[in-house]
Amino acid sequence: MKRARKENLIKRLFCLFSLFSIVFLLGIVIVLFKEGLPIFKVTSFGKFFFGKFWYPTYEPPDFGILPLLLGSLWVTAGALIIAVPLGVASAVYISEVAHPKIKGLIKPAIELLAGVPSVVYGFFGMVVVAPLVQKFFGLPVGLNALTASILLGVMAIPTITSISEDAISSVPKSFKEASYALGANRWETTVKVTVPSAAGGISTAIILGMGRAIGETMTVLMVAGGAAVIPRSFFQPVRTMTATIAAEMGETVVGSEHFHALFAIALVLFVLTLSLNIGADVLTQKFRKRLR
Amino acid sequence: MKRMILQGLLGLFILGLIAQGVCAEGGRLVIQGSTTVLPIAQNCAETFMKSHPAADISVRGGGSGTGIAALIDGICDVADSSRPMKKKEILKANEKGVNPEPYVVAMDGIAVIVHSSNPVNKLTLTQIKDIYTGGISNWSELGGGNQKIVVISRDVASGTYEAFGKLALKKQRVRPDALLQASNVAVAQTVKRAKGAIGYVGLGYLNSQVKALVVDGVKPSVKTVLSGTYPISRPLFMYTNGKPKGLTKDFIEFVLSEEGQKIVGKQGFVSLK
Repeated sequence: MKRARKENLIKRLFCLFSLFSIVFLLGIVIVLFKEGLPIFKVTSFGKFFFGKFWYPTYEPPDFGILPLLLGSLWVTAGALIIAVPLGVASAVYISEVAHPKIKGLIKPAIELLAGVPSVVYGFFGMVVVAPLVQKFFGLPVGLNALTASILLGVMAIPTITSISEDAISSVPKSFKEASYALGANRWETTVKVTVPSAAGGISTAIILGMGRAIGETMTVLMVAGGAAVIPRSFFQPVRTMTATIAAEMGETVVGSEHFHALFAIALVLFVLTLSLNIGADVLTQKFRKRLR
Repeated sequence: MKRMILQGLLGLFILGLIAQGVCAEGGRLVIQGSTTVLPIAQNCAETFMKSHPAADISVRGGGSGTGIAALIDGICDVADSSRPMKKKEILKANEKGVNPEPYVVAMDGIAVIVHSSNPVNKLTLTQIKDIYTGGISNWSELGGGNQKIVVISRDVASGTYEAFGKLALKKQRVRPDALLQASNVAVAQTVKRAKGAIGYVGLGYLNSQVKALVVDGVKPSVKTVLSGTYPISRPLFMYTNGKPKGLTKDFIEFVLSEEGQKIVGKQGFVSLK
């Protein structure tokens, strides 16, 4: 009897703990809407999303986030171009080809990449990658979209690799056996059977990697250059939404138009990453059903 | 076993309460605000606590706006700021019954820097303005080599940017393709690496790897900033709520004293004495 009561108490306690994350999420959403929406009293919806200039501290101010939004997407696209082939190829190698000993070495190494703090990536980018990019392409400055994309790509690789690898290794053995039975060799089986069967999981991995790249702040603040112009090439400095918030929040007057504008950017980011996560979730569900 | 852990936790909790009580007796002072003023506040606090062992001073950065907001909300006792408070902030403070009292604790000059290989040694304030607002885009227009000017600026909300914008750019808009860097150190780093770059940093961040330009015929230095001849200089503030009392008063007096001002000089700023 006493034991049952104790069990019950602990159960409730743990339920309370797990509810905490929902409370926090709700709190964040409420604050984002409360502090972000007032900006639309000052500027119109169209001017905010399609305005080409971000001059929040001038008189009169301009709150156009188009350059920042495109900057974020531009850098993220560049990161994916680098991270998807590398990430997926490593996943295929680890789960299909690698000798267990090599697997035991590579897998932790890739996972370790995820544990490096983003400031360290940023510092490494500023001191090593940016000068290399500058020299190699003969550019006036090394802080640009390409440098940021390279670093974000490396940062997104662990996410993409580990989730893709899970998806690839959870493809039922019978699929492969059927393929071999039909006379296909290992390469044909991997490319035509295993990877397509894991396509849903790999897409999920790519979407989550994209979320990682789009939300990254410190690294892009340090290496992307930070020019709030609409990006036209990868050799040009760009500014992302995250970098704008991080750089400007500290000195703004709390409750000012600028303050609300920064929260509105945060709201845009939140909606973007939320839809990416939901998309990833939907894909995972579909993938599971298909394999059954 | 479980009981032991619980007892241990309880003991720690009580210990924490006691520790807090002891600190409160010695007097607590919370300083928050501008990252430019941070080294002054930090070093002054360290020296001050050596001679006043009972005092417990915590210093935080976060930016001028954050510090002023904290002062208004009563979270900190002293707000560091690299700009004077804005009208809106003063109104908000008065609404909440806070009377911000400004103290100029140091002067800071903003040096315009270029790559050390750049043949240009001096510019006028108007030329600097034209570079930053988009009128001039090539060094050849200024007597330098045929090289595109890479304009480096600070994030629009930094105190250094604000002072530079007001004193050098006459509040005109910086060209949108200017690079944004989030700190003085980052600006100096970028200028050091890019041949066509121009940037601006606080006097304390000048080093031998970049070249500081003569502006309107005046070289940026401690002397020219203090005499007011160097055109791009600004005061740095500490704000208190009303005339300071007790520990806050002692601390502000210390910062303004000979010893405090010596620390200001050591941190690369221009001391008032």
